[in-house]
Amino acid sequence: MYDVTVIGAGVVGALIARRLAAYDLRICIVDKENDVARGATAANSAIVHAGFDAKEGSMKARMNVRGSRMMEQVCAELGVSYKRNGSLVVAFEHERAEVEAIYRRGVQNGVEGLRIVEKEELFEMEPNLNPELSCALYAPTGAIVCPYGLTIAAVGNAMDNGAELVLNFEVVSIEKTAEGYTLTAADGRAVETRYLINSAGVYSDEIAKMLGDESFSVHPRRGEYMLLDKECGQTTTCTIFHTPTKMGKGVLVSPTVHGNLIVGPTATDMEDKTDTATTTEGFADIRAKAGDNVAGIPYGKVITSFCGLRSVGSTGDFIIKAENNAVLLGGIESPGLSSSPAIAEYVEELLRGMGLVLTPKADYNPNRAPMDAFRHMSVAEKNEMIQKDSRYGRIICRCEEVTEGEMVAAIHANPPAYDVDAVKRRTRGGMGRCQGGFCSPEVIRILAREWGVSYDAITKNGGGSYINKGRTKVAGGNKEGN
Amino acid sequence: MATTTKTLTCIVCPRGCTLTVTLDSALENPVLSVEGQGCKRGVDYATAECTHPTRVLTTTAPTVDGGVVPCKTDRAIPRELLFEAMKAVNALSAPAVVRIGDVLLENLLNTGANIVATANRGYN
Amino acid sequence: MQNYVDKTAPYTALVVIGGGPAGMAAAVAAYDNGVRDMVILERDLNAGGILRQCIHNGFGLHRFGEELTGPEYADRYHKMVVERGIAVKTGATVLDVTPSEEEGVAAYVTAISEAEGMFTLRAGAVVLAMGCRERSKGALNIAGTRPAGIYSAGTAQRFVNMEGYMPGRKVVILGSGDIGLIMARRMTLEGAEVKAVCELMPYSGGLARNITQCLDDFGIPLMLSHTVTQIHGKERLTGVTVSKVDERRRPIPGSEIYFECDTLLLSVGLIPENELTRGAHIGMDGITGGATVDQYRQTSLKGVFACGNVLHVHDLVDYVSEEAALAGSSAAAHLRGELTEGRAITLKTDGKVRYTVPQAVTVTGNTADVTVYFRPSDIYRDVTVTVREGGADGAILSKKKRIKVAPGEMETITIKAADLTATTADTLLVSIEESAKKGGNA
Repeated sequence: MYDVTVIGAGVVGALIARRLAAYDLRICIVDKENDVARGATAANSAIVHAGFDAKEGSMKARMNVRGSRMMEQVCAELGVSYKRNGSLVVAFEHERAEVEAIYRRGVQNGVEGLRIVEKEELFEMEPNLNPELSCALYAPTGAIVCPYGLTIAAVGNAMDNGAELVLNFEVVSIEKTAEGYTLTAADGRAVETRYLINSAGVYSDEIAKMLGDESFSVHPRRGEYMLLDKECGQTTTCTIFHTPTKMGKGVLVSPTVHGNLIVGPTATDMEDKTDTATTTEGFADIRAKAGDNVAGIPYGKVITSFCGLRSVGSTGDFIIKAENNAVLLGGIESPGLSSSPAIAEYVEELLRGMGLVLTPKADYNPNRAPMDAFRHMSVAEKNEMIQKDSRYGRIICRCEEVTEGEMVAAIHANPPAYDVDAVKRRTRGGMGRCQGGFCSPEVIRILAREWGVSYDAITKNGGGSYINKGRTKVAGGNKEGN
Repeated sequence: MATTTKTLTCIVCPRGCTLTVTLDSALENPVLSVEGQGCKRGVDYATAECTHPTRVLTTTAPTVDGGVVPCKTDRAIPRELLFEAMKAVNALSAPAVVRIGDVLLENLLNTGANIVATANRGYN
Repeated sequence: MQNYVDKTAPYTALVVIGGGPAGMAAAVAAYDNGVRDMVILERDLNAGGILRQCIHNGFGLHRFGEELTGPEYADRYHKMVVERGIAVKTGATVLDVTPSEEEGVAAYVTAISEAEGMFTLRAGAVVLAMGCRERSKGALNIAGTRPAGIYSAGTAQRFVNMEGYMPGRKVVILGSGDIGLIMARRMTLEGAEVKAVCELMPYSGGLARNITQCLDDFGIPLMLSHTVTQIHGKERLTGVTVSKVDERRRPIPGSEIYFECDTLLLSVGLIPENELTRGAHIGMDGITGGATVDQYRQTSLKGVFACGNVLHVHDLVDYVSEEAALAGSSAAAHLRGELTEGRAITLKTDGKVRYTVPQAVTVTGNTADVTVYFRPSDIYRDVTVTVREGGADGAILSKKKRIKVAPGEMETITIKAADLTATTADTLLVSIEESAKKGGNA
């Protein structure tokens, strides 16, 4: 029997679990995928919004402004890349009234440091903007973060403090029991818990229905992105949004904490909660809209494109409900990442309100070593490390210069990495210019060795995403394999 | 007597000459003439290609330790035997330690060709 | 990029970066020209480079007069390296090359290995021989999902030939580069069904012999002017949509064909691996993706030479070895102080010659004949290749007739030493001129 079980290991669920891990509780995190951070958390703009976007007085506004203030410290404790690069909402002259309205809303929401910058200053700040632009709202508290890095680190830190992670656990039914709930997975496994957190993202309405709450629904909204090579990471310093108008919201252009340039997203309402296909129309739409912000983006330098599904709630605001020893979170779309530390804080209060006793854990450690620690060591420190474990001297991913030692450490650290994408998200191995062309055979070999499974049992990202389909041949003529 | 012409790409070397072959299928040796070859080997290739095409097979053989070792036929074999040859090679149990040139299978399918290792494996 | 300037690091006369066919041939040539204090740094655990997984034959006809497979060709050079006692550090990845201002030191080369940790060498001369990589799927930006089952042809080649695993059973190949063609045959022989090879261009980028022996032999269709426009499948690839493209290479709506497949192999181009070169601020050629060099294969950084696929992508390893031997012997000459400054002549190209290597010629008192390697931009028939002084109206220094030239096959033209010494021009134009009697362009 767990005290609290969190359904969904996205950034919101991860930060809730991590917050609760500070207390003397048995915590379980379940997720239907083979790794954490696989839903909307894996594919979004990676922006910590300053908080001027959301409607005054909304839950979104409250959580965003608070979350944005908390984020830097959370990232520092968890060793996650975070950079307060500031954001600009750029406008053409005819959009000036809209940008001024956003300024007023931001002030109302309590966002610090907001001001309108005029053309001359704007182009001094960002020389690569579309020369037709005339002014912008500058928000110095806007920041960028690595969302999956944050989630991995938060789940890892929760696990380091005793929380348990159960992967490939797709909740298909929830039974109310005398003491709490029993969750049953598609494969028949069960988890018993006193309190329940529903942070199932785009599936949170389905989980809510299992709990008998049909008051809201969530639908997926497709957001497509293009990621450009690090050569292009200096195109802008700030995150560049376009002033939203009745004509639409526009797309953003932003550096990422890893030094790439991200452009997107599109916004297409969907039915299918699993359809993360990118589209030719989407790419065209991004290119057309990004041109309103930044001139001459070199699309020949795109290294990958991807699509995420945002959880759009039926109320238009974040849905956060506490009932029957369960907290239901729905519609945590943008600014969900920015809000996540504040949501975790708020959920803690809701649980306390429902009678959960929160006794601080004596040996709680809020800190986690950065996943890229080795990369930033001095030569002497690296050599000391290689002396202790020679695998730190063997480069596996030549593009991002990731060593076998770092990969093995990432595979076994909390939360463990079982597939090629999981290793990639933790170490950046395979994320560079060759996109795993050279290193994936090596990464597969390392994963197979570390987990004691066959080479062809290794997947790209769990489920049926096998990379190889059996052996070519086996001595004596017997073949096996999947 | 009706003659036909056929265009081939010579595969003897990477130069890949375009060969024009004049054929009379009624004859036992149907090749009347070959044009376009950069060297004499082109004529031999065209003649063989129009009568009994042959290929060198390069593949891997399974080793007893669960791996594979690259290997080839040490001479060209009839093209129509490629898949049968693959079956024969795939059924081998090659030693784990192999040097280039080691014969893994003699007289493959009675072609007179041997399967020989093309890489060193398992020794330093 | 962090620079590792360490003036206390040990001196090595010649550091060869890369232990593939280029690096080994360069080292052997340097040895044979008197260099003894040298090391080859190879990131893999064995020397041989990409040849180790190229188990097909067709290597060595020029160099050794016989047809070898990739591993056999690599072994020939490895034996030469071993016989000469040339040091090879395997599992050693070079992280940085920093130019030196020290007299007699071309660059600081910093590497990392299990055996030695991070270490820096003060190199009297450096040969860059890092090879190339395949263009990845990200660069193509194909619409659709991101399932397992999409690999570059070289990655699949490694799975099949080295690891002994099948990346899939029903295959579509995008791109008709040689690795793609070779893998079409390889997968077919191993029991996979290769449904088609799609090529964006109206002609194949691979060697003609590989179309015959890898596709035609097995009845695999080559779909020219076609590309993959949609990827299907959630966990593992389930199919691809292929579209015909117009003359501007844009997909033609309505021409879509769906192929059910579990594997998409990409053979869409090779890119020289020049991150170290760029890090050292060495002058680059935007077309080849490699450094700009003179006929000695010396880069803009004196004492640093480049050869093989890191300089420009070659069709045949035999030519890689030839070029590497030139770079290696040039490095030896540099270490002897014999590569003197001279008059620089720039080689220009017309639109039909895509690039030349070298891009410049250094003329000194003892200049030899210079062989210029080049690739045409398209297929041209019945043409004369010329080298003219200055521009298109200049005097012809060298010419040769060709029945057909194609982008997939590297061409050469030689300029005589006497002409180089005699000319006063500071540029030479290498061009493909159509003969009066026009042949059709394919």
